Amino acid sequence: MERTIGERVLWTQRVTKTYVMGEVQVHALRGVDFTLHAGELVVLLGQSGSGKSTLLNILGGLDGPTEGEVFYLGHDMSHVASRELTTYRRENVGFVFQFYNLIPSLTALENVALVTDISAEPLDPLDALDLVGLKERADHFPAQLSGGEQQRVAIARAVAKQPQVLLCDEPTGALDFETGIRVLSVIDRVNRELGTTTAVITHNAPVAALADRVVTLVDGRVDSDVTNTERKSPEVIRW
Amino acid sequence: MKALDHKLLRDLVLLKGQVLTIALVVACGIASYVTLHSAYDSLIYSRDAYYEHNRFPDAFVHLERAPKPLAKRLELLPGVASIETRIQETALVPVKTMDRAATGILVSLPDEGTSQLSRLHLTRGRLPDETRSDEVVVLDAFAEAHQLQLGDSLEVILNSSLRKFRVVGVAMSPEFVMTLPPGGMSYDPKRVVVLWLRERVLASAFQLEGAFNDVQFNLEPGVDPKQALRSIDRALEPYGGLGAVTREKQASNYMLSGELTQLESMATVVPAIFLFVAAFLLNVVLSRLIALQRSQIATLKAVGYDDRAIGLHYLELVSVVVLLGALGGVGLGAWLGDAMTGMYTGQYFRFPEPEFRLEARVVVFSLVVSLVSAVIGAASSVWAVVRLPPAEAMRPPAPARYQFGFLNRIVGSRLISVGGRMVARELLRRPLRAALSAIGVAFSIGIVVVAGFWFDAIDNLLNVQFHQAMREDLNVTLMKPAPERAVRELGHLPGVRFAEGYRNISVRFSAGHHTRDGALVGMPARPELRHVVERDGATKSVPSEGVLLSKELARRLDVQVGDEIWVELREGDRSTQRVAVSGLVDDAFGLQGYMHQSALAAWLGETPSVNMAALRIDPLRRGEVLERLNDYPGVLAVGAPSDFREQFEAQSGEIMYVYTFIMAAFASVIAIGVVYNGARVSLSQRSRDLASLRVLGFTRAEIAGVLFGELAVHMVLAIPLGIWFGNVLAVGLMSTMDPEIYRLPIVLSTRTYAFAVSVAIGSGLISALLVRRKLDKLDLIGVLKTRE
Repeated sequence: MERTIGERVLWTQRVTKTYVMGEVQVHALRGVDFTLHAGELVVLLGQSGSGKSTLLNILGGLDGPTEGEVFYLGHDMSHVASRELTTYRRENVGFVFQFYNLIPSLTALENVALVTDISAEPLDPLDALDLVGLKERADHFPAQLSGGEQQRVAIARAVAKQPQVLLCDEPTGALDFETGIRVLSVIDRVNRELGTTTAVITHNAPVAALADRVVTLVDGRVDSDVTNTERKSPEVIRW
Repeated sequence: MKALDHKLLRDLVLLKGQVLTIALVVACGIASYVTLHSAYDSLIYSRDAYYEHNRFPDAFVHLERAPKPLAKRLELLPGVASIETRIQETALVPVKTMDRAATGILVSLPDEGTSQLSRLHLTRGRLPDETRSDEVVVLDAFAEAHQLQLGDSLEVILNSSLRKFRVVGVAMSPEFVMTLPPGGMSYDPKRVVVLWLRERVLASAFQLEGAFNDVQFNLEPGVDPKQALRSIDRALEPYGGLGAVTREKQASNYMLSGELTQLESMATVVPAIFLFVAAFLLNVVLSRLIALQRSQIATLKAVGYDDRAIGLHYLELVSVVVLLGALGGVGLGAWLGDAMTGMYTGQYFRFPEPEFRLEARVVVFSLVVSLVSAVIGAASSVWAVVRLPPAEAMRPPAPARYQFGFLNRIVGSRLISVGGRMVARELLRRPLRAALSAIGVAFSIGIVVVAGFWFDAIDNLLNVQFHQAMREDLNVTLMKPAPERAVRELGHLPGVRFAEGYRNISVRFSAGHHTRDGALVGMPARPELRHVVERDGATKSVPSEGVLLSKELARRLDVQVGDEIWVELREGDRSTQRVAVSGLVDDAFGLQGYMHQSALAAWLGETPSVNMAALRIDPLRRGEVLERLNDYPGVLAVGAPSDFREQFEAQSGEIMYVYTFIMAAFASVIAIGVVYNGARVSLSQRSRDLASLRVLGFTRAEIAGVLFGELAVHMVLAIPLGIWFGNVLAVGLMSTMDPEIYRLPIVLSTRTYAFAVSVAIGSGLISALLVRRKLDKLDLIGVLKTRE
């Protein structure tokens, strides 16, 4: 399928983030300019502590920058009230976390419904599970699913609202190789089939091969921003 | 159903242990409120219905003797709606089931039909036949206490001559719901009997033909009772009127109201304590519950739920929990309230048709109070989590900060085991949690302490009374004051070793615009058997001049030693005289003044006289002495200091035991609620640490030690706090008693403290056992793999 990379959807300007952890100040981001274009799949590469999760949280409206601006479709998101950030997350952003963050007391289907209950034009929760190949496991609780399956439910939950942007934080971080590949395939498929703008964080360099573009963070700064000539299929990746 | 509703239901099931323990705490608080309030409402309702239906009058007066035609004039007095005249006398009633005679109150019934005011409620039998002279109706409480049957014969010493009557009816009367023996301290159905006879029988026995000596009045609605009483008193003054009183001062109603007021203040104070404790616990427990859901709340926020939706979700969760508790509490309270009403009306307040009532306002108030405390309890913790940016909430709480302060350096010493160090550091890190848990357990200790306080207080009071104040074996109340030689005569009865007389007069004390009714007691110069005793047991000697006043009375009259007060006699010539206050005594009940007998006689202008005597007797000849006293002319009642204890054990005793048991049960629920929930939260938050220890080779017992060591420290902190709190509650509960009647010292026994502490420790152990089961099932691998 021919894919087109479109307009800027989500971008930051000179974003910094400083945490106070106990008695030390942690400079997680030190002036980051980063852009996501419509329909592209970007991999954010970096060692642990490089600031990639912080950047993703700020992009997704889970956290605010200390300095600098964040724009979504031209709207400045860095100085809005928490109520608007909630609306932004609810309508436009899907999240996938390293530790899945499923609600343990809800079944796979209900975890997806959690999101479709509050979305304007959601997919049918069962279709969303079908998309990640878990239609048969719809009535299982998280504790009854393997890690990979849980992560796929998390992906189904993230995409069921048909978000503009899908943000994945180390989606394979807690998984073994083969399961990780399956999860990446699902993300790849969502990006290709639904055209959802996607950012994937990883510390795993080979994963970069399936991206349209690879941005590397080092010590809270963008170190490199490389566009791949060819986007590989997840199945051929090895680490 | 929405996914969030599924989560609500599943969380309720998942958290069933916590849900149950919290709901039980709420149920206890609500149940204590519903029990006491519904019992109070029921008693008030039953009393009012009784008074209304049996026409309990508005005013009462006793006099020496007035001719019957005076009745017509009394009826025409301003403010008087209707009257009924009758004869009322006293007599001794020897009964086989008691070693000494009961005091009989003889009340006349009209020669035809029945009385119009204070109508009898016959529970068995019929009224005396109009043509016969040997039939009586007996008060049901007395009949029950002595198992009198219809047809039984009853001996009565009528004006010094023994007469036999046949019991033809058993009845209740609104005037005699509670009866107090002369010189007695409490309600005593065994020693006081009311007998109703036809008027002509009484009239001929007491030479009152064509006359009456007792009147009951109904007043016109809306009139000032004071004015009506004044005109009644004026009209009866020539006939030896003893002063008319309204219902408020009518003996039975006065006691009944006192008891009900006491119950009402208990019904306010006790549930307030419980509800406060429940609200406090709800706050502690719910905030911990919600803290555990921190990452789930963050996830909900991340996927786009707004603060309101999340807040509502958690408020729904806690509302379900407390509503469960509140409904259970209302049910339990209604059941206990019904039982309590039954206990009161069965042995204490004799009402013909006691009816249990659970008012809608009590139920509504219960539900509203529990919901409000739930919302207040949960709101702050929900708000604290909702306020966090989701990214922060989703990270595990920042690694605990353990500081190397002074205390930690001590903790770090090699003398303490690793487990001990973990316990100590955790306590130092979360001092607030430790404090809150300790406070929660302290509340439960305090509640048990205050339940035991009644026993201790009464015990102490009785000890002071029997070992210091009343050292006699028997006491005798005379119908009328008699010259001092009557005491000498009593002293010479075979079997009596020593007799001592006292003069007891009803008076009205006043100073400035303050007035109080009480008693003036004339004491011998060197009393042997009776002493004026302070609350702590110290004996106070009566000054040879002036009057020694109860401290409470002096406070009420606003006078001090050296001031003068007015004393108006409530009997005889009703004269008023001035006397100087020469000392104060911190005594335990009543309002009285004490004077030297001789000083009192001089002051009254009479020869020294007595109307009470205390006897020390030969224990082997007790029966003989009592027999003599029954025949002794002029004796109104024969009592013993042990009557009160016996009476207390027989009546209040049972209610008190049930009450203490319920309090202890509630307190255990509270303690379990605190300890169990605390342990569950600790377990959830520290399961990784504990699993890591297990992986490193610690045994189950060792990690249990780490977890429960913390709880044990909370317990240890709670004990002194709980004892202090119990004392505070006892003072608070004392304040609900009318100090003009009782002033119990705040004395608590070691036994009470020990019981309270063991209830708390027992509850702690039960909680620990429940949690230990979870701890034993700790999934080592699973816990270490997942993040939380």
